Amino acid sequence: MKRSSLLDLLVLVIRRDLVLAMRRRADVLTTLIFFVMVVSLFPLGVGPEMAMLRKMAAGVLWVAALLSSMLSLGRLFSADYLDGTLEQMMLAPQSLSMLVLGKMVAHWMVSGLPLVLMAPVLGLQFDMSVEALGVLILGLLLGSPVLSMIGAIGAALTLGLRGGGVLLSLLVLPLTIPVLIFGTGAVEAISSGLEITSHLSFLGALLLLALVFTPWVTAQALRISME
Amino acid sequence: MAINWFKYSAPTTFYGLAGKLIPWFATSSVILAAIALYIGFYVAPTDAIQGEFYRIIFIHVPASILSMFLYLIMAGYAALGLIFKTRLSSMMATAIAPTGALFAFISLWTGALWGKPMWGAWWMWDARLTSELILLFLYLGFIALHASIDDPRRADRAAALLAIVGSVNVPIIYFSVKWWNTLHQGSTIKFSGTSMHVAMQQAMFTMLVACWLYAIAVALMRVRSIILERERNTTWISELPEVKL
Repeated sequence: MKRSSLLDLLVLVIRRDLVLAMRRRADVLTTLIFFVMVVSLFPLGVGPEMAMLRKMAAGVLWVAALLSSMLSLGRLFSADYLDGTLEQMMLAPQSLSMLVLGKMVAHWMVSGLPLVLMAPVLGLQFDMSVEALGVLILGLLLGSPVLSMIGAIGAALTLGLRGGGVLLSLLVLPLTIPVLIFGTGAVEAISSGLEITSHLSFLGALLLLALVFTPWVTAQALRISME
Repeated sequence: MAINWFKYSAPTTFYGLAGKLIPWFATSSVILAAIALYIGFYVAPTDAIQGEFYRIIFIHVPASILSMFLYLIMAGYAALGLIFKTRLSSMMATAIAPTGALFAFISLWTGALWGKPMWGAWWMWDARLTSELILLFLYLGFIALHASIDDPRRADRAAALLAIVGSVNVPIIYFSVKWWNTLHQGSTIKFSGTSMHVAMQQAMFTMLVACWLYAIAVALMRVRSIILERERNTTWISELPEVKL
């Protein structure tokens, strides 16, 4: 039998998870609708003054993205855990970290990317300028994969626990604070005419760090949870 | 004679040792705390800038220091338990967590009490305050994760992994919060460059030692309870004089 390379494996896992997600489209849509709804509730809560909304926009969009990504994290491993697929994956001779990375990427494409694409429309509701919108999207593109990856650790640790959803947010949200800070900081910087490269560089650095470490940590967490 | 360093790494032997040590740590902690309070309230002079309000630092600073160190110690024990599968290390990590959370809470609470007269507000989104709050969240996450897993071995290992991930994140969070703060607002009121009075230093360091001793005593007491709970089906527990009664 030909031993498949790591890259083939990665593509295979991503494709499998995407196909599964497409067969349950409602799950993908609920995350997106939740995101839109949370963002739309803010003006109702704080009042319709455009100047204030413009100032808040980046923070609101980022926090909403953070919450929506928490919402879908519970599903990252649970379906595979329930039908026994996860056990088979752990028994497979291929690297579990690579499998996990594939699942993270698929999760981001299903629940992170739609939010990034939706963000500019919502940003317009808050009267954000074109440059600010561009920076917001760039920040979300760099930051939202980190959310999926850090979240995967929490999802693996809380696998199969009762009340896992709330617990997951409690574990993961404090760890995502740096992403939130640099993501909103970049938008704030461009709005006040400052340099944005430092913020985006930090987001990029966080992405690289997460890319290197989180798949391995998540694999360890899965081993602990599946024992 | 070769000393067996690992003798007390077994819950069986450590249970007795901890029982003997607790009174020493507890009494010395109470005595030192009393001395520190006496120096703090009667000997230390009134501060030129902050008046009497500064006296809250005698509890605030030790509590903040301990809340941070205890997290690292907890993560260290958790890592030992995860790597070497030593039961006692994981039990120690579990025993330390509530005390760490308590000190983080005390630090925030006393900080708020100090902030109201000094800054005119109970809460400022100051970098140190915010990171202390996040530290409290990390403690609560550790405790919540451990509490929601029924199997103690899985709970130990899962919580250990979380503690390690948390301790790697602590510096990243601290610096990001610090830079976020400098972006948002200017300088807040800080201690002016004056050196501290000797009596102030004495009160603070005595209280720091008292808090350390308190933390050790409470952690040992808690670890004894955890040992009793987890090993309740073993014969050595049923042969303990306090259990036989």
